[in-house]
Amino acid sequence: MNNDSADIGENAGSSLPEPFSGWFSGRGWEPRPHQLALLQKAQSGLSSLLIAPTGAGKTLAGFLPSLIDITLKEEKRRPGAARSSARRGIHTLYVSPLKALAIDIERNLANPVADMALPVRIETRTGDTPSSKRQRQKRDPPDILLTTPEQIALLIASREAGLLFGDLKFVIFDELHSLVTSKRGHLLSLGLARLRRHSPGLRTIGLSATVAEPEALQAWLMPQVAQDAPVLAERIVIAGGAKPEITILRTDERVPWSGHSARYAMADVYQAIREHQTTLLFVNTRSQAELLFRELWRINEDDLPIALHHGSLDASQRRKVEAAMAGNKLRAVVATSTLDLGIDWGDVDLVVHVGAPKGASRLAQRIGRSNHRMDEPSRAILVPANRFEVMECQAALDANYLGAQDTPPVGDGTYDVLAQHILGMACAEPFTADALFTEVTTAEPYRSLGRDQFDRVLDFVATGGYALKTYDRYARIRVTKDGTWRVSNPRIAQQYRLNIGTIIEAPELKIRLTKHSGRGVNVRGGPVLGKIEESFVEMMSPGDTFLFAGRVLRFEGIRENECIVSKGGTGSPKIPAYAGGKFPLSTYLADQVRSMLADPGSWQALPDQVREWLEIQRRKSVLPKQGELLIETFPNADRFYMMMYPFEGRLAHQTLGMLLTRRLERARARPLGFVATDYAMSVWGLRDMGLMIERGELSLAELFDEDMLGDDLEAWLAESWMLKRTFRNCAMIAGLIERRYPGQEKTGRQITVSADLIYDVLRSHEPDHILLQATRTDAAAGLLDIRRLADMLSRIKGRIILNRLDQISPLAVPVMLEIGKEPVSGEAHDDILAEAADEIIAEAMG
Amino acid sequence: MNRASAAQAVIADDMISTAEIDINGTAAICDPIGALYLPDSRTLVVSDLHLETGAAYARRGMLLPPYDTGLTLKLLQVALDRYRPACVVSLGDSFHDRHGAGALPGESLAQIGSMMRGRDWYWIAGNHDPDHPAGLAGDCVNALLFDGLCFRHEPLGGTADTAGEVAGHLHPAARVVRRGKGVRRPCFASDGLRLIMPAFGVTTGGLNLRNAAFQGLFHKSQLTAHLLGRERIYSVPFDRLIA
Repeated sequence: MNNDSADIGENAGSSLPEPFSGWFSGRGWEPRPHQLALLQKAQSGLSSLLIAPTGAGKTLAGFLPSLIDITLKEEKRRPGAARSSARRGIHTLYVSPLKALAIDIERNLANPVADMALPVRIETRTGDTPSSKRQRQKRDPPDILLTTPEQIALLIASREAGLLFGDLKFVIFDELHSLVTSKRGHLLSLGLARLRRHSPGLRTIGLSATVAEPEALQAWLMPQVAQDAPVLAERIVIAGGAKPEITILRTDERVPWSGHSARYAMADVYQAIREHQTTLLFVNTRSQAELLFRELWRINEDDLPIALHHGSLDASQRRKVEAAMAGNKLRAVVATSTLDLGIDWGDVDLVVHVGAPKGASRLAQRIGRSNHRMDEPSRAILVPANRFEVMECQAALDANYLGAQDTPPVGDGTYDVLAQHILGMACAEPFTADALFTEVTTAEPYRSLGRDQFDRVLDFVATGGYALKTYDRYARIRVTKDGTWRVSNPRIAQQYRLNIGTIIEAPELKIRLTKHSGRGVNVRGGPVLGKIEESFVEMMSPGDTFLFAGRVLRFEGIRENECIVSKGGTGSPKIPAYAGGKFPLSTYLADQVRSMLADPGSWQALPDQVREWLEIQRRKSVLPKQGELLIETFPNADRFYMMMYPFEGRLAHQTLGMLLTRRLERARARPLGFVATDYAMSVWGLRDMGLMIERGELSLAELFDEDMLGDDLEAWLAESWMLKRTFRNCAMIAGLIERRYPGQEKTGRQITVSADLIYDVLRSHEPDHILLQATRTDAAAGLLDIRRLADMLSRIKGRIILNRLDQISPLAVPVMLEIGKEPVSGEAHDDILAEAADEIIAEAMG
Repeated sequence: MNRASAAQAVIADDMISTAEIDINGTAAICDPIGALYLPDSRTLVVSDLHLETGAAYARRGMLLPPYDTGLTLKLLQVALDRYRPACVVSLGDSFHDRHGAGALPGESLAQIGSMMRGRDWYWIAGNHDPDHPAGLAGDCVNALLFDGLCFRHEPLGGTADTAGEVAGHLHPAARVVRRGKGVRRPCFASDGLRLIMPAFGVTTGGLNLRNAAFQGLFHKSQLTAHLLGRERIYSVPFDRLIA
């Protein structure tokens, strides 16, 4: 064992009972010290967080305490006999962020359990589990249930919850770092609080990759007391195994200025696939996956088995790919985040990441996919799609070597999630407000929740929380004479179960392939290829072609909730899909990229063409020093541009763009528009803003003053579509708008009462409604990234550099190329774009 | 722009620009507020008010804001003040469900009462509200014939014998795309022989005119969508519309 952590005692091998000890030695294995340490803590009643890199035997460590406990109890009960038939509840719950991971774990546990003939029944329960099996699981639960957060919410809201969880001993949270963030984590934390009420002595085991702030996860695992210091679970850390070998793709091709397709690198990527046994290719979005897959097959002269895997594909197709993968029948799989996290399939010896990894911890996670044996190094190649991404990749690479990780913070529990939980608890059994409030505040994200806020959410759940009290007679939950809250009728509980969860998907249509091209939608039959966002389908007219499931499809039309397509031939698809990165550049990486820009000494690591680009920027304009914000102004065509490089991610830049244009408008600079990328932001208008600043008509300090986050923000928020989208999610999670009615599946469009409308009505009639409060908080943290913008504004105070130029600077080119990109465009349009692009580049570099 | 924000910022009468059309020989005015006015018979036609939608959902456990009825009535009052009709035809689905009228809050009840005073009022039966609205005056009929027109809730299938039909039910909406930007609005749909009304209620959604539900109802070469703009009607031929 070469990965011992210092605080773990040696020679603990003897503490494993039979048949476990024999099973280990029979394989020439020894239990790893962290496995024993975790066991020991669990046996003395403690909860633990186990931090380990992929491949360290984390999963088995997590399950050992349960397997041993169940086995010993069973032997005590009836020595030598098989599992007793007496009814009992679930012994251990295992919660995973992904369905696929739960299924994978079941497969991995099956072998040791069978080998040792353990009297343990293990089953999975996910959204895909047939309802007959789910019913049976409630009557006759397994010892160990492997499941997802949504299923936990469902189970604790059922009347059988007390019987199911009364004997619960362990709850294992896999990939805890990705479970706790976001609203899904908030709901799960409330679920854990409820599980603990059913079985006060239960122990939690969190399994996690390396994270920046392990204390947050340790606290999450434990019941908290509102005003006291955080109660922390134990922590066991295994140091990292062999360091991954990560490189940035070296290529003789020209790296593009902008865009996300990385088409230029296809030949090099294909060559890498040929040189390895099995390659996993990761991208950030579904459309990038489709594009990459198609480009690879275009040059796949050896007919290598290369497959495609993303969340929109039909489940049966995904299962096929996963099975082929496990059987080592594939040479490469192109995948999005559906294959993320520590899923163990086959012998992957290379990970290729196309596009910028965006967050260092995402990169670490993905690299962890390659080579699951801890003592051998993982191999990974990063393929940047454009020049800024080259710098970002280099930064990510440095970060991985440094072991730096940026997991988003747990965050305060939101009201919409709380509303969903309260209704669920009423469905399970009557509760008193006092008891539920106390229970809820033991959950880490809700520890500082005030009683008045709780009561307002409770009021919302009961009657909608409106000032106009016309709905008392329609209350969903009511206080009864004994002071307990109960659901008004069983239908409420039925509806609740259909609408559980916090993952709001964009409305989607099934894609059905028909053989009849050009016959429109009045055709029958044909296989379902997967699902596609309604908003994407809405852009298309019949006859348009697009990429899906690795082929070109011809759009025939929409029939009910199906998008009918036929084969679209082999030409290039007419409709390019939005190909931007889904995740904004992380704060940590942004910092790295900024310091790289400021330090020419670090450019040695960059490819020649990127280094040359930065050199010319230094000669023609200026490079900002660490901590400075560079602003360039220049004329181009008949417009004046103001370019800035905050490197704070697309969301924060969008918000900045919105607010800045309002201010420029007031200063009569006549702004016309702006464009934001992950790295930079550009505003253009009819007046020379650089000249205005020089003449003192415009003050940079005032323009970028932090007070823009006051009134300007409020005024803009009031009319922002982003707030409406956020509201829709909050309203659905809180149960104001239902996604599904019994016996009635609807697509987004058919929801007759639109969320937009409810938002407008609420805003004019009840601006302080609890859901509007939740919406504003959400938007500030999420879509608008206001916290990050605020940090930036305070960081650059007094450190803004203005450089007036006669023409566009090299650094500005990638941003300028983003201007005017519309999602729908024909061939000719592309030519015009290409022409314009070439002119701009020539002007900057010439 | 949606119906709710239209109700909150009502446009002054003199800013409004309507579309004058002809339905099977009868003159009609399409108003951007979503109402049809027949000057010859001084009749105002509105369709699919869906009053008490919030309450209807609340009865089923979805506690939508209880303000929709007030907003729809506000829009209706604007239309009544603008045309001062002698007769009003509410073309069905006036209430979102059959309990709506009976459980109407007192204030709304009084408001509707004063709107109805001094004029003829017809409640056409709709699929949401097949019966006479409880507690309200006016005549409830399945269909109404006058002025060479036939008023009913659901349009009959096909185009034979339907000349002069004015119907609702389908909530037509239309979409145009220019320079990569799409705009979708409720609309009047007419081929000159029959007309389908936009939904008037603030909580109503729309169904694209290119949806299969409109198949066979119109002579497509003559079909025009009159989209509801903020201040004016935008008339767009069917073949320029996007699904």
